[in-house]
Amino acid sequence: MIWDRRHECMEREEIEQLQLERLQSTLNRVHRNVSFYKNRFDLLKVLPEEIQSVKDFSQFPFTAKEDLRVSYPYGMFALPLREVVRLHSSSGVTGKPTVTGYTRNDLAHWGQLTARVLTAGGVTKDDVVQITFKYGLFTGAFGLHHGAELIGASVIPMSTGNTSKQVLIMQDYKTTALVSTPSYALLLARYMGTQGIDSKSLSLKLGLFGGEPCPESLRREVEERLFISATDNYGVSEVMGPGVSAECEFKNGLHINEDHFIPEIVDPQTLQVLPPGAEGELVLTTLSREAFPLIRYRTRDITSLDYAPCPCGRTLARMKKVLGRSDDIIIIKGVNVFPSQVESILMEMEGVEPRYQIIADRVEGVDTLEVKVEMNERVFSDEIKNLQNIASQVERKLREIVGVSVKVKLVAPESLQPTDGKLVKVIDRRKK
Amino acid sequence: MLRVESVTAFYGAIQALRNVSIHVSAGEIATLLGANGAGKTTLMKVISGIHPLTKGRLLFGGQNIAGLPGERILRLGIGQVPEGRQIFAPLTVMDNLTLGAYVRFKREEKNEVLRDLQAIFELFPVLKERQKQRAGTLSGGEQQMVAIGRTLMARPKLLLLDEPSMGLAPRVVTDIFKAIQTLRTRGTTIFLVEQNAKAALKVADRGYIIETGRIILEGETENLLNNKEVQRAYLGKEYREVWE
Repeated sequence: MIWDRRHECMEREEIEQLQLERLQSTLNRVHRNVSFYKNRFDLLKVLPEEIQSVKDFSQFPFTAKEDLRVSYPYGMFALPLREVVRLHSSSGVTGKPTVTGYTRNDLAHWGQLTARVLTAGGVTKDDVVQITFKYGLFTGAFGLHHGAELIGASVIPMSTGNTSKQVLIMQDYKTTALVSTPSYALLLARYMGTQGIDSKSLSLKLGLFGGEPCPESLRREVEERLFISATDNYGVSEVMGPGVSAECEFKNGLHINEDHFIPEIVDPQTLQVLPPGAEGELVLTTLSREAFPLIRYRTRDITSLDYAPCPCGRTLARMKKVLGRSDDIIIIKGVNVFPSQVESILMEMEGVEPRYQIIADRVEGVDTLEVKVEMNERVFSDEIKNLQNIASQVERKLREIVGVSVKVKLVAPESLQPTDGKLVKVIDRRKK
Repeated sequence: MLRVESVTAFYGAIQALRNVSIHVSAGEIATLLGANGAGKTTLMKVISGIHPLTKGRLLFGGQNIAGLPGERILRLGIGQVPEGRQIFAPLTVMDNLTLGAYVRFKREEKNEVLRDLQAIFELFPVLKERQKQRAGTLSGGEQQMVAIGRTLMARPKLLLLDEPSMGLAPRVVTDIFKAIQTLRTRGTTIFLVEQNAKAALKVADRGYIIETGRIILEGETENLLNNKEVQRAYLGKEYREVWE
């Protein structure tokens, strides 16, 4: 099903025309209303009207998360607060949070875009949608909530936590669609396992996953355990929240809502724009945001773009599942290693958990890569010989997929300690 | 149907259009709103080939029409109803209307033209009553009907309307805009330039806001109506300052 056929199935030419129009009016507005961007234009000695194509615009500087922090809280708003009807914040895991504002139109567009996301994932007006994102400053819950209501589904605003109650509601309210992070869906499945609840007895049929990367192996595991079909969707809280892109039923890349965002892929080191298909950092420009427009915002997420037509009928370009964050890429002997690659390999291996820490180091001028992996309880008490066996299997598999040799060290279950709630997945000691 | 890409145009030394991009899709009513002197009429004239553009592209049905003479553009199917009507005052209503068909008069059957005349009389019954009257003696609203009818006689695929509500009483404006909607249902695509934002947004599907030669907003009618800047600048809705 397609929510907005008129905008999701446009000819490439139409999309480009609309992008050009909206880009130019966005540039005109930020030039007039946002001093941060006005200064950038002045520094470059260009006027917005000199940007005559989407190509010209790749000369324009990027906006980084740091810029948003410097102008915290309202410095980059394009409209006064009296025209803003909602405020949200990004998580601020890596520093001071950032604030984003929405006008009435921004909210209306947001709802439309998340309705597209949910429809692409299979949700219809007959569904009962349980939203397990946190209702609060974060964008996830409110964004998808609005879209689900527009579709006409019945929305259960569960918010996060209280797993036993989530399951109880899921059973009693006959939830058919679960909106969650993929790892929370896995946690729910495991919890049901320990409680002896047969997931086949649930009415659940759809999973709509977002908020974190969802490797294929994780999706498969959740789908098998919960007997659902799961799609991945992607958002950036500074840019809008959920609604940027989503998978359709073919689950082969996430369709980007190109009538509202211009996607670009750049090399995270050189910042050169890369051609379609090349892997790099996703950069987004908002085309319809009124309160908080962003020009060439560096998302730090690593993906690639595909403009080939999709059998679903949508003409919107697709981005690959996010591989990881550009901050997390480790370059070892010239090879890019993403934590997500390591994670998906660990997901498939027997005896280990996808809880790990990657440590890059330099010993006598030679780069080394070590991965600490938690083994599961069952293996933990096993013989040393068996442990060594598992470690070398993981090593072999990692070398095969990642392309560099890796030293694997098995550690006790639950021994890798998270700091500030998040486990640090990458430690690079070479930087000192 | 029509694509305007990054068009720049000058009026003497004054830059009237700065990098304007718009489009009109087949079957829709798109509107361009803006204050006096914002560049609305210039854009109309650039599209219809009366005013030259300095930079940019104009595509009509995929064909680049930038730089073509106005007469060629009219034959390709873009008809403009000029600002201030500009009808031939000493001529009768009938003569004004038949003059509009001059681009096709030679090539087509006279009957076809007569049939089109009937369609225009259906749209504006008052013109039928006054067909023998000199156009200059008509009321403002009737003159506007003559101007629209005259352009329609060339059978445009795209009708450009430059401030059809100008100087008309509110009730007459309603009638004219009803006729515009009827035209759309008959298959004519319409690009409407207006200062009367309220009336224009009632009939349009989509719109653009132009300010000092720049497009500052594009969107569905509903979004434009919800935009506070549009409300303040074009719909006359003021509100108390709360916080700034």
